Amino acid sequence: MKEATDLSVLAKNSGEWLRGTGPESDIVISSRIRLARNLAGFPFIRKCSPDDREKIQRQVRSRLENLPEWDEIPYVDITTLSEVDRQFLVERQLISREIADSEGSRAVAIDPSEQYSVMINEEDHLRIQVMHSGLDLISAWEQIDRIDDAIEGEVLYAFHSKFGYLTACPTNVGTGLRVSVMLHLPGLVITQQIEKVFRSMQRINVTVRGLYGEGSQYTGDFYQVSNQVTLGHTEKELLEMVGHEVVPRIIDYERKAREFLIEKGQQDLHDDVSRALGILSTARKISSEETMHYLSKVRMGVNLGLIDDVQLATINKLFIHTQPAHLQKLHGRVLTTSDRNVERASYLQRHLCGPADRADELN
Amino acid sequence: MKCQYCDKPATFHITELTEPDGPKVLHLCEHHARNVLQKGEPTPVSSVAGALAKQLQLGQTKEELRKLDQKECPVCGITFFEFRNSGRLGCPLDYDHFEADLKPLLINIHDSLEHTGKRPTRAAATADSQVDLIRLRKEMEVAVEREEYERASELRDQINAIQGEPKRRGNAT
Ligand SMILES: [Zn+2]
Ligand SMILES: [Zn+2]
Repeated sequence: MKEATDLSVLAKNSGEWLRGTGPESDIVISSRIRLARNLAGFPFIRKCSPDDREKIQRQVRSRLENLPEWDEIPYVDITTLSEVDRQFLVERQLISREIADSEGSRAVAIDPSEQYSVMINEEDHLRIQVMHSGLDLISAWEQIDRIDDAIEGEVLYAFHSKFGYLTACPTNVGTGLRVSVMLHLPGLVITQQIEKVFRSMQRINVTVRGLYGEGSQYTGDFYQVSNQVTLGHTEKELLEMVGHEVVPRIIDYERKAREFLIEKGQQDLHDDVSRALGILSTARKISSEETMHYLSKVRMGVNLGLIDDVQLATINKLFIHTQPAHLQKLHGRVLTTSDRNVERASYLQRHLCGPADRADELN
Repeated sequence: MKCQYCDKPATFHITELTEPDGPKVLHLCEHHARNVLQKGEPTPVSSVAGALAKQLQLGQTKEELRKLDQKECPVCGITFFEFRNSGRLGCPLDYDHFEADLKPLLINIHDSLEHTGKRPTRAAATADSQVDLIRLRKEMEVAVEREEYERASELRDQINAIQGEPKRRGNAT
């Protein structure tokens, strides 16, 4: 593995999972799977001395280096990163906020296409994550299963014959598996059916979380569905619970809501979506929250064919690239909040005004 | 409105829609909202605390709880009280040491006590060997500090024997 210290190469590109393709990608942004693993013979992180953490990090790194296919994987020592770089990796969903903010020896190995990453010394010694575009849980599972096997060939996992993979928090014990599907549900939000839909699913063991912004009922319109339990079901059963029982039903409801909106108020909807695009492409300064709000509308407009000269991949990338650390990495220096608002507006303008093939410039 | 975790204004309002008592709203600043959302899972401390609270209502007296809180893992030294407050265990042995106390909690969280999923092809098979590993490692640290290198290398051999050598690529084992 090679030590990565300069992250600006990453900043210019976008993770594979943002390409806006894959099954159901008009509604499903991404499918993410993570496995929590701990090494046998070490305390969990909470009771690790600084020396233990250092040993775990070095041991994992040297064992991963035994895997020939890991030669080209950048290895990032998080302790050496600036605040902006740490935030940048969080915005890209390559590391968690928790590992970014914690102290002591910790690191992450990142696949160059950003489909997978392995965090070392997060809440557990190892957190393996795979992220795919669209609803793609089966191949995401096959990939993470292979990575897990390869790592297990090199290190000894803490495993209990009855309780399975042992984790620092009992909410993860057993499979250590968390499946998360990120959904864009503006139709259900506008038609005010979202709570009803989720409430009808309460008996199913999933967690749904939504992001709301200040002063507005629907800013963002993004929801994440994940499994709640990790013990007592096989990995396949958990994947099916989320990927077959829950998500397709939500997708179905969202499609119906969008059809309804088009039938009932084509003009209003078209006006709303066009205004959103207008603000994004002409504003001189804009906050990240406002950007999220309007990008969400534009994204729906693109999916409904109301806007035809903007690509879905462009919108997906703009969600990530207009966040604070990304703007600063792209700009090459630290920016204040108000400078960022100006820079964000100009960035949006550059990528939304003009021919459809503008999307290529993001690559 | 202030953030639930700090003094900054709450600009994000996250709704947990699957709470049994209806939607639960969190009011958070941008930093803490990211924190919660990026984890993509229930905040473990609150779900552990919630499950424990339910469990403790069912039966345990104050006196029993006080005793339980003082119970301590002989390997990592975590007390049940510390676990209750942090939601995090201290070492793999805790699952055996606190097994009786964790069982109702696991039932509350997972509705199950039995792992049925994937198993590693090799793992420290018994709790004993996992404990031995942690102890041997500590002893080795001490030996190195005291510059007792012969003792340290003996200990390292014992550690390696328990861990087993990692599988090499191409070995048909
Ligand atoms: Zn806060
Ligand atoms: Zn312990």
